[in-house]
Amino acid sequence: MAGYLLRRVIQAVLILLGVSFITFVLLYVLPADPVRQIAGRSATAQTVENIRQQLGLDQPLLVQYGRYLAGLVQGDMGRSYLQRTEVSALIASRLPATLLLMAGGIFCELLIGLTLGVIAAMFRGRPLDQALMVTSFVAVSAPQFVVGLLLLYVFAVQLGWFPIGGYGTFAHLVLPAITLGIMGSGWYSRMMRSSMIEVLRQDYIRTARAKGLTRARILTRHALPNAILPIIAMIGIDIGIFMGGLVVVESVFGWPGIGQLAWQAIQRVDIPIIMGVTMVSATAIVLGNLLADVITPFIDPRIKMR
Amino acid sequence: MTMPDPLLSVRDLTVSVRDRGVVKPLVSDLSFDLRAGETLAIAGESGSGKSITSLALMGLLPNNVTVTSGQMVLGGTDLTQLNENQMRPLRGAQVAMIFQEPMTSLNPVQTIGTQLTEAIRAHEPLSRNQARVAAIAALRQVRLAEPERRMGQYPHELSGGMRQRVMIAMALALRPALLIADEPTTALDVTVQREVLELLRDLQQQTGAAIILITHDMGVVAETADRVVVMQAGRMVEQGRTTDVFAAPQAEYTRDLLAAVPRLGAGAARAASLPPKALVPVARLVDVKVHFDIGANFLGRPTHRVHAVEGVTFDIQPGETFGLVGESGCGKSTIAKALVGLVPHQGQINVDGKSLAGLTAQGRKDICRDVQMVFQDPMAALDPRMKVGDAVAEPLVIHGIGTASERHDRTAELFRRVGLTPDQMTRYPHEFSGGQRQRICVARALALRPRLIICDESVSALDVSVQARVLALLEELKAEFGVAYLFISHDMAVVENVVDRLAVMYLGQIVEMGTRDQIFGNPRHPYTRRLLEAVPIPDPTRTRLPYLRPAGEPPSPMRRIGEQITRLALTDLGGGHLVAPEAVS
Repeated sequence: MAGYLLRRVIQAVLILLGVSFITFVLLYVLPADPVRQIAGRSATAQTVENIRQQLGLDQPLLVQYGRYLAGLVQGDMGRSYLQRTEVSALIASRLPATLLLMAGGIFCELLIGLTLGVIAAMFRGRPLDQALMVTSFVAVSAPQFVVGLLLLYVFAVQLGWFPIGGYGTFAHLVLPAITLGIMGSGWYSRMMRSSMIEVLRQDYIRTARAKGLTRARILTRHALPNAILPIIAMIGIDIGIFMGGLVVVESVFGWPGIGQLAWQAIQRVDIPIIMGVTMVSATAIVLGNLLADVITPFIDPRIKMR
Repeated sequence: MTMPDPLLSVRDLTVSVRDRGVVKPLVSDLSFDLRAGETLAIAGESGSGKSITSLALMGLLPNNVTVTSGQMVLGGTDLTQLNENQMRPLRGAQVAMIFQEPMTSLNPVQTIGTQLTEAIRAHEPLSRNQARVAAIAALRQVRLAEPERRMGQYPHELSGGMRQRVMIAMALALRPALLIADEPTTALDVTVQREVLELLRDLQQQTGAAIILITHDMGVVAETADRVVVMQAGRMVEQGRTTDVFAAPQAEYTRDLLAAVPRLGAGAARAASLPPKALVPVARLVDVKVHFDIGANFLGRPTHRVHAVEGVTFDIQPGETFGLVGESGCGKSTIAKALVGLVPHQGQINVDGKSLAGLTAQGRKDICRDVQMVFQDPMAALDPRMKVGDAVAEPLVIHGIGTASERHDRTAELFRRVGLTPDQMTRYPHEFSGGQRQRICVARALALRPRLIICDESVSALDVSVQARVLALLEELKAEFGVAYLFISHDMAVVENVVDRLAVMYLGQIVEMGTRDQIFGNPRHPYTRRLLEAVPIPDPTRTRLPYLRPAGEPPSPMRRIGEQITRLALTDLGGGHLVAPEAVS
């Protein structure tokens, strides 16, 4: 177990190193010039050059990257070009909001997705199953900003059940979390349906029936724990897909998270913030996957960590 | 003397499947009685409706299959009249069932203890602890070693035989009046089969349960059943006392079925003419080892090593059938894989005089021309989306032999030769029966005119009548194409009927090797004797010695890294009959 974790952590560090390098190179070759953004349109060539030197952007790529990495190792993610504040402080102030939204989103997608998937599998081939699968298809295909605006219009503007946007109370969380979770719930309902159908035709389900167990017990004790196994690995991967959704949903609902921060930074070519958000997201994805892999052996005794 | 009322009375049972509006009977007008303490075998080949009958009794038929007429009266209750909620309390308590596949019949993510106590508590108002006590008692009853420890184990930690014992414990924990055993020993090794069948008989005497034994194996029928129902294509063709049916079968189908059953001792009648020893054997294995490293320590290094094959030496002469027998995990299939280069090996393997070690990719491809394989499951061995003609011609394409039209002609010829017609070449695997599919696999193996064909349990999945025909085909082809066979099987009766020489393997090593007559006529190693002793004999009048052995963990060829396995030194008893010393752990 300890050896396994150690190896996985080393792997994770290598992955993050790779991500940081690729992102750094991509931002370097970007045609947009951050110095122009900082200096403003009216700045002279001399000012621009000064700023460039100050920020060290006149150095070769590898030197710049080496400097960034050296800072990163000491926990220094640099300062925002425009706001002049520490990137780590900016991210730290916004991370709780994002984590809350993510937790809400994952909760929604699993609750909706898994429930509908199980129901569809139980009613396989019947109208209810078909209706649910069409719904899931719509959920997967609908763009998140459309879903978000639709929910806002109906439940916030028309019915007034929830606030229109912002952050602070549980009521603020509901609509963004559902918006974030809907797309995933479509995926999960489909996966859970096929996983359940597969499990329900296994021999041990027949054994359970032959023992004279009730339907409810067969479902909860024998079918569900086995059907959920392939889903767990998906949740780890899913966190990566979530990051894209966060940028959209946080903008639509005015949610003060790192998605919004990233969006603003991209518009202003604020490279340290873009790098910082990317690194934090990549860390989240790597941790999510690691967590999924660590949890699986506890549910499936056949899998051993090595 | 008046007979007591039957426990179970099945009258004119018809079970039908509804497929796209068409209703087709799977079982028609089946009637039989079963008394308490009696064992009734329902015997038949695949598609005879024997398993459907058992599922109908349990009320576990698939959704589109229903009982369309008839009665099944168990202790005064007609099971056909019960709905799901009325049937459920009977399942497990009154009627219990054990299934063919012990590997998949237990929930992989729950402990044995949880699954056992759950079965008990579904019917008896017991506390968790009381149910646990009852469960341990049930495990002890099926003679499972260390029952307390088993309670905390998961299914994958137990061997197949142990899992089937758990299934039996689960089925009998509540002392049901009727136990249905659907092919309970088919997936098990012969020695384990022997133990499980005896266990069932002993438990029946203790509990007085009636048993319905569903089986395809007439040997099992002869050894266990008081009465037998023979079924064919959904209909009963014969019913009677087992001794009567075996002594004087009335129906022609029963006679054919009994005639097709491979019997130990029948092989000795064959002319024993060994092919002369050639200068260059088709295959020669010298001190071959195959090891698999498993486990991982802190640094990710393996901790254990499976000695799957440990120092095996034998050769196969041209035109000879060499048998490799032993139980699951003895390494017989691993040898086959090593022979075609599918697993890395140590030691020396020569095919047609050429060493397998250090071959280039091209050299390995050339070896494949000489060695071909026919596997156990023909459905799995054929690409479902490839026309069977293309599948048979594929080896020719891979090796760049002939033009398209030459290949077509050769494929057509092969189809004719294995008893199919060339116009079947454009069909897909699912359109054929199991026996036909295996013929296609044989044709594919023959396409390159190999020197050696490895038959890895090639007839094990086939019905006996089909099995007999495929074996006859293999025998004909041997003479015609001058091909040698490496015949791998767990079925001693089949092996005796086809091989010239054989080796008996145990835990990766050969314990005895010799000609068919030497091994079957004069088995010297205790393991060989035990294997032979365990083979079910299709003769109900034969009495056999009890065979008691508590089931603990079976011995394993796994050792810690660095730890050596004791190598068996074979001694020659004369005439090439090699035997390992008896003291084998």
